[in-house]
Amino acid sequence: MANLTLVQAINLALIQEMEDDDRVIILGEDVGPNGGVFRVTEGLHQRFGSDRVVDTPLAESGIIGSAIGLAMAGLRPIPEIQFEGFLGPAFDQICTHAARMRTRTRGALTVPLTIRVPVGGGIHAPELHSDSPESFYAHQPGLKVVMPASPYDAKGLLISAIRDPDPVIYFEPKRIYRAFREEVPEDEYTIPIGKARVVSEGDDITIVSWGASVVQCMKAIEASDRSIELIDLRTIYPLDIETIEASVKKTGRVVVVHEAPLTAGFGAEIAARVMEHCFLYLEAPVQRVTGFDTIMPYYKLELEYLPEAERIATAIDHVAAY
Amino acid sequence: MSSTTTKTTKSPAQGKVDYDPIIKELPEQQLIQWLRDMLLIREFEVRTMQSYQNKKIGGFCHVYIGQEAVAVGSFAALKPEDPVITAYRCHGQALARGIEPKYCMAEMYGKIGGCAKGKGGSMHLFDKSNNFFGGHGIVGAQVPVGAGLAFASKYIDEVINEGASTRVAMAFLGDGALNQGAFHEAMNLAGVLDLPLVVVCENNGYAMGTAIDRGTTRGDNISAKADGYGMEGFVVDGMDVLRVYADMKKIVDAARAECRPKFVDMRTYRYKGHSMSDPRKYRTKEEEQQYESQDPLDRLMMYLKATTSFSDEQYKTMNKDVRAEVKAAIKWAEQSPEPTPDEQLYHDVFVEEFGPYTGTSVPEMLEEWEKPDSQKS
Ligand SMILES: Cc1ncc(C[n+]2csc(CCOP(=O)(O)OP(=O)(O)O)c2C)c(N)n1
Ligand SMILES: [Mg+2]
Repeated sequence: MANLTLVQAINLALIQEMEDDDRVIILGEDVGPNGGVFRVTEGLHQRFGSDRVVDTPLAESGIIGSAIGLAMAGLRPIPEIQFEGFLGPAFDQICTHAARMRTRTRGALTVPLTIRVPVGGGIHAPELHSDSPESFYAHQPGLKVVMPASPYDAKGLLISAIRDPDPVIYFEPKRIYRAFREEVPEDEYTIPIGKARVVSEGDDITIVSWGASVVQCMKAIEASDRSIELIDLRTIYPLDIETIEASVKKTGRVVVVHEAPLTAGFGAEIAARVMEHCFLYLEAPVQRVTGFDTIMPYYKLELEYLPEAERIATAIDHVAAY
Repeated sequence: MSSTTTKTTKSPAQGKVDYDPIIKELPEQQLIQWLRDMLLIREFEVRTMQSYQNKKIGGFCHVYIGQEAVAVGSFAALKPEDPVITAYRCHGQALARGIEPKYCMAEMYGKIGGCAKGKGGSMHLFDKSNNFFGGHGIVGAQVPVGAGLAFASKYIDEVINEGASTRVAMAFLGDGALNQGAFHEAMNLAGVLDLPLVVVCENNGYAMGTAIDRGTTRGDNISAKADGYGMEGFVVDGMDVLRVYADMKKIVDAARAECRPKFVDMRTYRYKGHSMSDPRKYRTKEEEQQYESQDPLDRLMMYLKATTSFSDEQYKTMNKDVRAEVKAAIKWAEQSPEPTPDEQLYHDVFVEEFGPYTGTSVPEMLEEWEKPDSQKS
């Protein structure tokens, strides 16, 4: 066991998977000697060399496109995109190739690809460096979308993603990259994709969240005297509706929290599913605490934009009082 | 300037430069103005770095120190009505295009006195009134937009006004941006559609920590890329404002007259790190010193001293002036109101209450605040 930050947990998972399997290679902008913008790949270049830790040109479409080719040929590429805002040039490759290859070839070709992308706000960055585009990718059939909220999950989820036979977008909430440490086993272990985690149990209200918002939810719950169950989705797609359903049937009240804008955010999907699965159990309409339907503002207002603990607390009160 | 086929000209020994004849015809006042423009950028950037270190500026911050001659010399070759677009290393271009320093500084401070009401920050400076179309954060993505600006100029001149195309658009990009698909699409489009577009690659040799040779084919002579798009490519010494002007004047004039795109490999150097947190391990101190010894401000100073009566005294006064101007910009930024969620967070996504904000004009909401206290209602 070691006490690791989320960054260190990812770094460890990368090292172990690379040691176990020489089909695993890393590619991206300045991921080599520089260790990437957030230093997630620090030390990997020294350890595995330029053949397996590849500094690429500044070309996201090229990086993801070629990673897809590598994956189709049987390798296990892990491209890094520096910030979620730079997925734009790669969006075409992700949605038109990676996501569809298995279907298009009726299973003859697969794309075992893990795209690592820092995501979300809270680090004083401007727009394009603070967004939460997970629902764009959850909306594209053929992609798995995960986002850990703790060092322990970060390691286990990444190992699952790398070993998964299909393309996974692995979003790394940059606000909590180094925010806290957690005991992380030295040995390799996996966290199954598609399985949520019940962070804390409770009887009155269910909160569903993911990524850095989970930490804000924990703060709000600590400050509340109600009995609240917190579910960290961990995987956004495929959605673990069973865990949500079991909780909501117990509590009857739901708050969904995410950083992305409200409209067509993944909270909308959860609200609809809850209605389909738990309609007769609901005591209140599902509340959503999210970013606004505006462009992520520059840093002065970012905490107003993000669903911070205070706003979550208000939603808890609303849903409880309904 | 050398065309694609000739070899790059090495920077000549300082002071004894044989400039293009058009330089000799320039009024002294013009040269002095360029020195001041470059000094303003340099001073602005030095103070920007301080403010960033003092945590007054947040987000990411990419300074332009070392590249001043590029913006100043290139814009001198343009007309005010020519549209300009650039990437995120945009402070120098914004200032050289005429936006007041205070609006840039307040933008970086995230205050509502900024050119985008503090919403865009360092990477997203805009000034529509000076035909400065930003300031964009996605590497390379501004180049096709620049092609669109050129397309619009041509369309408005030729189709709507039924005359000849009169304007030239200028799109800047970094050397790293050469590797983005957007750049190549824009180049081809501009070539095919005969767009009056000058694409200027500010080739400072690095894309973050990646030296050009490691990330870009033909890193030794990127102007060769222009050939593939059927346009002329040029190499320009971007460390010397007089050369930049002389070369860019010809290139821009030709683009205007022919209504055709041109590509420029503008050789320059950023003295500082990529952004504020860059230990620059990927290059040597010697290399940095070599470029700093050809400083564009020093080079112009030397020329002025050799060819005009420009004195140290005049330079001192200029320096004092510039410092005062930047200090005032910082004061403006510090005193400018903080954005409030009610006024700022939910607006400007679509047409909204505060009306279109046109660059250096004072936004309505600030007019009141700018009045002396005695006149405030
Ligand atoms: C599409 C995209 N990918 C990556 C980045 C991150 N990034 C910002 S600047 C930069 C390097 C750009 O280098 P260059 O084009 O040479 O410009 P310079 O910084 O030298 O002015 C990178 C990789 C980005 N902003 N957009
Ligand atoms: Mg560069």
